[in-house]
Amino acid sequence: MTTSNYATERETTEGRVFTVTGGDWDTVVSGTDPINDERIVVNMGPQHPSTHGVLRLILELEGETVREARSVVGYLHTGIEKNLEYRNWVQGSTFVTRMDYLAPIFNETGYALAVEKLLGITDDITERATTIRVLMMELNRISSHLVWLATTGMELGAISIMLYGFREREYILDIFETITGLRMNHAYVRPGGVAQDVPDEAIVKIREFLKMMPKKLKEYEDLLSGQPIWLERTKNVAVLDVTGCVALGITGPVLRSAGLAWDLRKTMPYCGYETYEFDVPTHPDGDVWGRYQVRLAEIRESMKLVEQALDRLRPGPVMVADRKIAWPAQLAIGVDGMGNSLEHVAKIMGQSMESLIHHFKLVTEGFRVPPGQVYVAIEAPRGELGVHAVSDGGTRPYRVHYREPSFVNLQALPAMAEGGLIADVIAGGASLDPVMGGCDR
Amino acid sequence: MTAPNDRTNDGGVPVPVTPAGARGTAPAEYPPSSPAGRGMFGNQGTGDVSGYGGLVRQRQPIEEASRPYGGYFDEVRDALEEAYPAFGDAIEKVVVDRGELTLHVRPERIAEVCQVLRDDLALRFELCSSVSGVDYLGADERRLHVVYLLTSMTYRRRIRLEAAVSVEAPHLPSVTAIYPTADWQEREAYDMFGIVFDGHPNLTRILMPDDWEGHPQRKDYPLGGVPVEYKGAEIPPPDRRRSYQ
Repeated sequence: MTTSNYATERETTEGRVFTVTGGDWDTVVSGTDPINDERIVVNMGPQHPSTHGVLRLILELEGETVREARSVVGYLHTGIEKNLEYRNWVQGSTFVTRMDYLAPIFNETGYALAVEKLLGITDDITERATTIRVLMMELNRISSHLVWLATTGMELGAISIMLYGFREREYILDIFETITGLRMNHAYVRPGGVAQDVPDEAIVKIREFLKMMPKKLKEYEDLLSGQPIWLERTKNVAVLDVTGCVALGITGPVLRSAGLAWDLRKTMPYCGYETYEFDVPTHPDGDVWGRYQVRLAEIRESMKLVEQALDRLRPGPVMVADRKIAWPAQLAIGVDGMGNSLEHVAKIMGQSMESLIHHFKLVTEGFRVPPGQVYVAIEAPRGELGVHAVSDGGTRPYRVHYREPSFVNLQALPAMAEGGLIADVIAGGASLDPVMGGCDR
Repeated sequence: MTAPNDRTNDGGVPVPVTPAGARGTAPAEYPPSSPAGRGMFGNQGTGDVSGYGGLVRQRQPIEEASRPYGGYFDEVRDALEEAYPAFGDAIEKVVVDRGELTLHVRPERIAEVCQVLRDDLALRFELCSSVSGVDYLGADERRLHVVYLLTSMTYRRRIRLEAAVSVEAPHLPSVTAIYPTADWQEREAYDMFGIVFDGHPNLTRILMPDDWEGHPQRKDYPLGGVPVEYKGAEIPPPDRRRSYQ
C-alpha cells in the first residue's frame, strides 16, 4: 500500500490508526481489509457539525450498523458550580444563566426558586414577579424548541427549516432584549423577584409574536410533516420506551414522546402553573417523529400560557418587599443593556446616607441565607432541571448543584443508537436536544 | 486569638489591631468554613468585617426531626420501616427541613435502601432525579456527603438520601444497578469529590480531563485565577477578594 500525502497512519498495539483530515478516504478505505476487519471504530466529534455541540461520540461500526456507541462529554466544562461558591447569592444568577445557553430563563428561575426556598420567602414573591417569570419561561421554551427544530432539521439535511427556526427565534430574542437588555445570559430572574419590570413596548411585541407564530408553525408543518424524507429519517428511529426513559432518568419531551404525561408543571407545580390552562402533549411511539410532534405541540401550549400570563399581568411590585433581600433599585434598560436607576443614584448620592450604606452593604456583601439545603425542580425545555442548593448561613452559596437534563438525557444515546444505522445516531442524538453548555456546566 | 499587628494578608492590606473592647473569645474564634471565607480584608481573628461585632455565624448542628413529620413523610418512613427490616441500623438520622425529608443513610447500606425504595409498592421511588456531592469541610470526620434525590412518579413525592464518607475511605456502593441513570451522576461525583462508588461499571472522570489531578469541588481545592489590572488597580482573583462571612 502506498502512503498518501494526506492521511497519516501509524501502527499501535490496538492495530493501525488513521488520522483523517478530509479528502483522504481512498487511503482509509484501502487501508482496511473489508473481509477480515469488519468492525471499525469511528470517533465523531467533538468538532462535528451534526453532533449538536461539542459532543464526542465513539462509534464501533460494522458496515453502517452501529454496534457500540459511547458519548464523551466535558469539553465545555467551565466550573460554574465551583465559581458560584465564591460569589454572593445574587451574583449567582449571572453564572447559572450561562449553563444551558438556550434556556437561560429556566436556569435563573430554578436558582431563584431554590434561594427563595432557602430564605423561606417563597410565599412573599409578588404575583407580578411570578407571572413575569412564567411569561419569560414560556417564551424561552418556545425559543429553545425553535432552535431544536432548526438544528435537528439541519442535521437531517433540511436546511430551510434551520433558517426558519432561527428567524422566528430572533423575534423572541428581541423581546428578551426589550425586557432584560440582553438577548441571552440575562440574569433577569433574581432571588426575590425579577431585575426590572416589563416595559409596555415588550407587551406589544409579545402580542405581535403571538399573532404571527401560528402561521409560522403551520409553515413548518407544511414543510416537514408530510415530507417523505423527513418521515423516513424520523419514524421508528431511536425508539426509547417509558421503561427505558425512567430507568435512564430521561424526562421532558423525550419521556412524553414515549407516552407518559410527566410534566412538572402539572405533576409538581411551581410558580402557580396549577392555575393556568394548558395540556401536556404526548405521543405513543417514542421515536424521533414523536419527539418532533411533542415539541411542536408544546410550542402551541406555551403560546397559550404566554397569552394567559399576559392577561394576568397587573401593576405591582416585581421584587419582594423585604429591603434586606431586594436589590436596592428598579434598574432601567438603557440603549446598551441593563443600566442604572437614575432616581436611585440621586437618592443614595445626594439625599440619604443610610440608603447609601444599605446599598453598599447589600451589593457588596449581599444577604445571609439560613443554613440548610433544598432541591427545587422545574420543567425546562429538555426535562427536569433540578437545583440542589446548600447554604451554611453565609452570604455565598456553600454548594449549588444543577441536575441538568442535557447531562442526564445524553446517557440514553447508546440505548437509542446501538443496533441502528449510523445516520440514525444523528437523528437520535438530535432528538434528545442536548445543550453542551448545560451538560458540562 | 489575636492577629499580630504587623501581618499583612494576601491582598496586601495590613491587618488592623484588635478593636477596642473586643474580647478574645467566641464567637470571634470561629474558623471560616471554607477558603472562601478569607480574603482581602483578611481579618484572621474574627473574619467578621461587617462592622457589627458578633455577627459571625456558627455552624448549626443538623437537628433530628421528631414525629409527626407532617405531610407524606410519616407514610414514607412507616412504609420503609415495614419493608426494610434493617431500618434502624441503616438510617442514621431523619431530618425534615423546609418541607423536604432527608434520610441520612449509613453509606454501606445505600444500595439496599434504594432497592427497597424503588421496589416496595407503598414507596415506588422509580426515578433517581439527582446524585450530587457536598463537601462539609471541617464539620465532621465524614465530610464528603453524597446526596440522592429520589422521585416517586406514582405518588408524586420526593425524598432525599444523604450518605457521608470520609476522605480517607471515600467508598460506598454504587446504585447504578438499581438506577442506571446514576451512572454519569456518580461519575461526576467521583470526578468532582473523589467519592468512589464500588460496583460502578466505569468509574472514570467525566467532566475534567482524564489526567487531571485532584477533585475540584472539594472545599480545600482552590478556585484558582490570576489577578487582573483594571484602570491601574490590581483586582485579585475571586478567591482572594474581600469576602464576608
